[in-house]
Amino acid sequence: MQKDRQRFLMRFGDPAFRSLTLAFTLLVLMMMGALVYVLIEGSWPALRIFGPAFVWTSGWNPVTEHFGAFVPLVGTLITSFIAMLIGVPFSFGLAFFLTEICPHPLRQPIAIAIELLAAVPSIIYGIWGLFVLAPLFQHDVEPFLIATLGNVPVIGMFFQGPPIGIGMLLAGIILGLMVLPFITAVMREVFVSVPAVLRESAYGLGATRWEVVWRVVLPYCRKGVVGGVMLGLGRALGETMAVTFVIGNAHHLSTSLLAPGTTISAALANEFTEADGVIYTASLVGLGLVLFVLTFFVLAIGKRMLLGSAKGGLA
Amino acid sequence: MNRQVVKRRHRRDSFMTALSLVMTGIVLFTLGSILFTLIWNGLQAIRPSLFLESTPPPGSEGGLANAIVGSLMMTGLGILIATPVGIFTGTFLAEYGRHNRLAEIVRFVNDILLSPPSIIIGLFVYGIVVIGMGHFSGWAGVIALAVIAVPIIIRTTEDMLSLVPDALREAGAALGTPRWMVITRISYRAAFQGMLTGILLAVARVSGETAPLLFTALNNQFWSTNLNAPLANLPVVIFQFAMSPYDDWRSLAWGGALLITTAVLVLNIAARLTTSKKA
Repeated sequence: MQKDRQRFLMRFGDPAFRSLTLAFTLLVLMMMGALVYVLIEGSWPALRIFGPAFVWTSGWNPVTEHFGAFVPLVGTLITSFIAMLIGVPFSFGLAFFLTEICPHPLRQPIAIAIELLAAVPSIIYGIWGLFVLAPLFQHDVEPFLIATLGNVPVIGMFFQGPPIGIGMLLAGIILGLMVLPFITAVMREVFVSVPAVLRESAYGLGATRWEVVWRVVLPYCRKGVVGGVMLGLGRALGETMAVTFVIGNAHHLSTSLLAPGTTISAALANEFTEADGVIYTASLVGLGLVLFVLTFFVLAIGKRMLLGSAKGGLA
Repeated sequence: MNRQVVKRRHRRDSFMTALSLVMTGIVLFTLGSILFTLIWNGLQAIRPSLFLESTPPPGSEGGLANAIVGSLMMTGLGILIATPVGIFTGTFLAEYGRHNRLAEIVRFVNDILLSPPSIIIGLFVYGIVVIGMGHFSGWAGVIALAVIAVPIIIRTTEDMLSLVPDALREAGAALGTPRWMVITRISYRAAFQGMLTGILLAVARVSGETAPLLFTALNNQFWSTNLNAPLANLPVVIFQFAMSPYDDWRSLAWGGALLITTAVLVLNIAARLTTSKKA
């Protein structure tokens, strides 16, 4: 009896286990397929009516059932752009500090603290933005911006209107803060991966710290840095909670960054459960599809770049 | 002239160093301020009633008990579903599919699934489960969280199994051990801590997710453990209460936010400790 069981396991154990793992692998593949299918199928009623023009038409009117993705899409792009404008230089400054300037005993603790901050749920950033940063912006920062930059030609149009705190600018800043620990962690990692010999030879030639980072470290791992930035951008584009709190959810395009706006993810979070009517719901799913395609490409490029930097080295 | 060049280079170096210091200072101050406000406001909301009473109507006292239980249930079940899927797929990628076309495709797909906007996952599960069942439910939330957790577990499982030296596998095979026993008895044991870390990280990630629950589990103001009905959960309660104009609700939102952050940070630190012990 015991022997029979053993023989059975010897004979069929391998194919059984292999098929088991293969089955789950195929399940994951199917999950991806189903995801794409659900997004296309769900948005079909809207796409059939509006066609590809859905992406570049503006207008969001549940009463007349006229929908276009342009305003939320632009909102997503603008807030992510502001986030990158803040996130990238600051992350670089932090990575520079952590790899070259900071005294050695402090490097590890600060790096760990930053990695932990990258794990804090985005809803925390959102709630902080709403209760702490929004009042500060409303009473101090925005009146100042309107009084100063608001009068400068050309740039001035970005800083018009009443200071209400919540809006595109605040959403972008919160997003920047949120992706910052993430980009910093990636940058620090690729900076550290630069062979010590390269660094030492540069210092040996008399290069300053800044020159070592700018002329040796950064060129050596630029692919990794760009990859990290792209992954951060991917997060910023799709981030929902940090933005929904502070964007104001207005389907209205304004040149002023101080005005409330909306992003794809914020529109979904705010409206999806309340949407009635086939076309309305389908249009929201359509927004999701646009966001998915956008982040898909950004993430795919970012991964490729990071992979290339890990393999290629000097290439 | 040469001296001038040297001077200029050093001036630029000092300037950039100073700029980097200022930037680090600003970032650490801001992130510190986030944690400080969170702890300050959160601690004021932490009372026994927070854990004992359900979410109140506006203007009255209450707690988050139903949301805490709902979150624990959905996170727990989500991870329970995601763990076998993640571990077996990771096993296939690391053990059977090292140079295999299918494994390459799955690896790419997994990388994409690892960080898509989580709100898209919400839409996906809505389209399949919520429409399929005809109503919002705790199960839909469980599945949404599982879909988010699976890629994380796949990734760490594969990475950790790849770190197991092939000599160990060969030694097993030389003793006549079938492949599946080599994997379950040798590879899994050698990579156990790393795989556990992956699961812990998945729990941490999933427990703070809000967006996918908005369309799946929705929310429930009352005490309920019924997974076939809308289920209260911390993230969505925080979202709704923080956006409300009532002070009681806002205070509860801070309390919930502090609970979630503490849980996420503790899990991350635990994950770190399990891996560092090995090294």
